[in-house]
Amino acid sequence: MSDASSLTSETGQASALGAAATRVPRAGWHVGTVVAAHRETPNAARIDLDVEGWPGNAAGQHLDVRLTAPDGYTATRSYSIASSGPATRVVLAIDKLPDGEVSPFLVDEVRMGDMLEVHGPLGAFFVWRPAAGSNAGPDAARPVQLVAGGSGVVPLFAMARAHADADDPTPFRLLYSARTPADVYFADELQELAAASAPFRLDLVYTRRTPDGWPTQARRITREALAAAVIPADQRPIVYVCGSTGFVERVASWLIELGHDPGSIRTERFGGL
Amino acid sequence: MQHFDGNVLAGPLAEFFSFDVTTATARCNGCGAVAELARAMVYMSPAGTVVRCATCDHVLATLVESGDRAWIGFSGVSAIEVRRG
Repeated sequence: MSDASSLTSETGQASALGAAATRVPRAGWHVGTVVAAHRETPNAARIDLDVEGWPGNAAGQHLDVRLTAPDGYTATRSYSIASSGPATRVVLAIDKLPDGEVSPFLVDEVRMGDMLEVHGPLGAFFVWRPAAGSNAGPDAARPVQLVAGGSGVVPLFAMARAHADADDPTPFRLLYSARTPADVYFADELQELAAASAPFRLDLVYTRRTPDGWPTQARRITREALAAAVIPADQRPIVYVCGSTGFVERVASWLIELGHDPGSIRTERFGGL
Repeated sequence: MQHFDGNVLAGPLAEFFSFDVTTATARCNGCGAVAELARAMVYMSPAGTVVRCATCDHVLATLVESGDRAWIGFSGVSAIEVRRG
């Protein structure tokens, strides 16, 4: 069975990405203490946790939060981490889903000093590492295009922040689709990243309402708008796409139509439509 | 029914495996496509989790948890490749 010793698809995509798999700290269950909780947008909260025993995390990883009711009923949901590095302080930014079991509690009820059960750090696929890092993969020198829909910006912000903190020379570009200016997560931090020395460009698209004087009308992203605002396929970017399932699948299919290599597109779907 | 992708399996599978299974590449029994588990489509319900091939929709794996037991099936996967180190 020689072909089982190295699984390779006809295009070779999977093996190329498999080689890029990066080591991440071992996951485990931890207790996180809420050390800050603020409104991030009208519909989202930023929660800083100090997690005892947290082994650090790579940019793009997530964790699972488990809530347990007095009768023993549990509900577990995954949340992307907005921070990275060895610190035990972990930053989350959580969008409130109207029918959610977990997010309304986290966004509206959590207070300083509350304790949460978290499992992580999780996932080694939707991860970016600086080129200078000892764990840098073979993709480290390729330009990076980030595409975010709504709260899907959270892991991509972690990547952009890690890129700036490392003063990494890799070209980075973030296309971020938000409903209105008030719905932009990390608005101040993203402006700071755009001014930092590491090459980073931010492109915002508004779907419901734009700032005054904005050059384009509010509307959902189109294939043409995507083509105009992403690093072209001939520059062989690695593309990270994160948002609702519908957003991610529209964007990913357009990227392939625009000539991007499917194996160079990494996606993370938050569910919804 | 809404769906997610294989990234969301990292937590549930970390309970049973000592490495991150979502970066392992799996070959689909249905169509032969090879992809990281993170690229699979994932349907979750209170009864359990179904993992489907992103190329042909064939069921790759199922995960059912109840109390202190779990049933993990890889009925649609012919082989997985795991990176050492």
